[in-house]
Amino acid sequence: MYTQALSIPDPSAKVQPIQPDEPADKLEAFQARIDADGRIEPQDWMPEAYRKTLIRQISQHAHSEVVGMLPEGNWITRAPSLKRKAILLAKVQDEGGHGLYLYSAAETLGVSRAELIEQLLTGRAKYSSIFNYPTLNWADVGVIGWLVDGAAIMNQIPLCRCSYGPYARAMIRICKEESFHQRQGYELLLTMMRGSQAQRDMVQDAVNRWWWKCLAMFGPPDSASVHSEQSMRWGIKRISNDELRQKFVDATVPQAEVLGVTLPDPKLKWNPERGHYDFGEIDWEEFWQTVNGHGPCNKERLGTRIKAHEDGAWVREGALAHARKQRERALRAAA
Amino acid sequence: MSNPATPEGANAPTKATPALKDWPLWEVFVRSKQGLEHKHCGSLHAADAEHALQMARDIYTRRQEGVSIWVVPSSAIVASRPSDKGEFFEPAADKIYRHPTFYEIPDEVGHM
Repeated sequence: MYTQALSIPDPSAKVQPIQPDEPADKLEAFQARIDADGRIEPQDWMPEAYRKTLIRQISQHAHSEVVGMLPEGNWITRAPSLKRKAILLAKVQDEGGHGLYLYSAAETLGVSRAELIEQLLTGRAKYSSIFNYPTLNWADVGVIGWLVDGAAIMNQIPLCRCSYGPYARAMIRICKEESFHQRQGYELLLTMMRGSQAQRDMVQDAVNRWWWKCLAMFGPPDSASVHSEQSMRWGIKRISNDELRQKFVDATVPQAEVLGVTLPDPKLKWNPERGHYDFGEIDWEEFWQTVNGHGPCNKERLGTRIKAHEDGAWVREGALAHARKQRERALRAAA
Repeated sequence: MSNPATPEGANAPTKATPALKDWPLWEVFVRSKQGLEHKHCGSLHAADAEHALQMARDIYTRRQEGVSIWVVPSSAIVASRPSDKGEFFEPAADKIYRHPTFYEIPDEVGHM
């Protein structure tokens, strides 16, 4: 998930849940506000661990948005029509914008943008591992919109009620923009499914490659998620990994039926007793391999980000030089 | 700029990218429609005010949510402190005579 930080143990976080010197009355007031579904705002007192968890989660969510521009950005120059090109440009631009909303929210917690970027580029911060897979053809663009954005929406809606105000408000903005992302992907696939056999085969192949990866986006099973409890108590995580994953499967199966694609899971079956779809086992071995840096595109993604940052240095410096020159000019004119 | 190969991969820098001077931080306020007030919608980094306005348009008004944008250097914002919230706001809380419901007006007066 874009918010994978919550689901995955963080070896670099040596912070105890509650610091020994944090005053009990402040902790109580803090917890009481969260329990009453209130919001914590930037200047409010908060436990150090709450601050650190949020900085990590929000910044990694931001990094995910920005790195997420790459797999789809790959196809902008090769979109099959002007309409699809314009749509893809708008979507990728939105993802950049979402990253900026989230960096902005993270910075309210007392961390600088420069620090966050450095954490990403040196590999100390993660981004959602779904972006470590390649987009092989145009059908992948549609499948990403339908399934990857679809999974993201499932996770992001409860985050609109996150206890930390700036993050919740950023999520509300993001959710408003996100539904176009899923719809454009689904409509793209509908168009292909109504086309030639080769196009239909291309869509099915893309679904086969992406389906299981999208299910893994929701993070390890609840039984293996040691760190969720504290996040739940602090109103950061609202719904468990398994529950979100189940909601996603239940919502997606009917969508696949309308599209006319088969989801690549022989165990996928409606269970009338549970009132949900049963589904097969996820390959967690492969998931952890990718999270830990050994996926197909990890090196390429990070390399691209580093290059963009370094190649763009002259723009950052130039803008500052221009601003300085304008200020000096204004001062001279006023003198 | 050279990137010597490292065990993590040919493109990973061996040391942290030198900290570049950040563009300063600005708070953004957008008026979404004539007649409404400007609302705070977030922040962004930009080199100067003109730059901040253009960035604010790109980041916060992609779907025509704005007719007017204000950008303010974050350092210029003066905020009340949450720890003083009680003393700062309390005097207003017990002056119930500021509310219309405090007063009983006979029905025959009609609407007042």
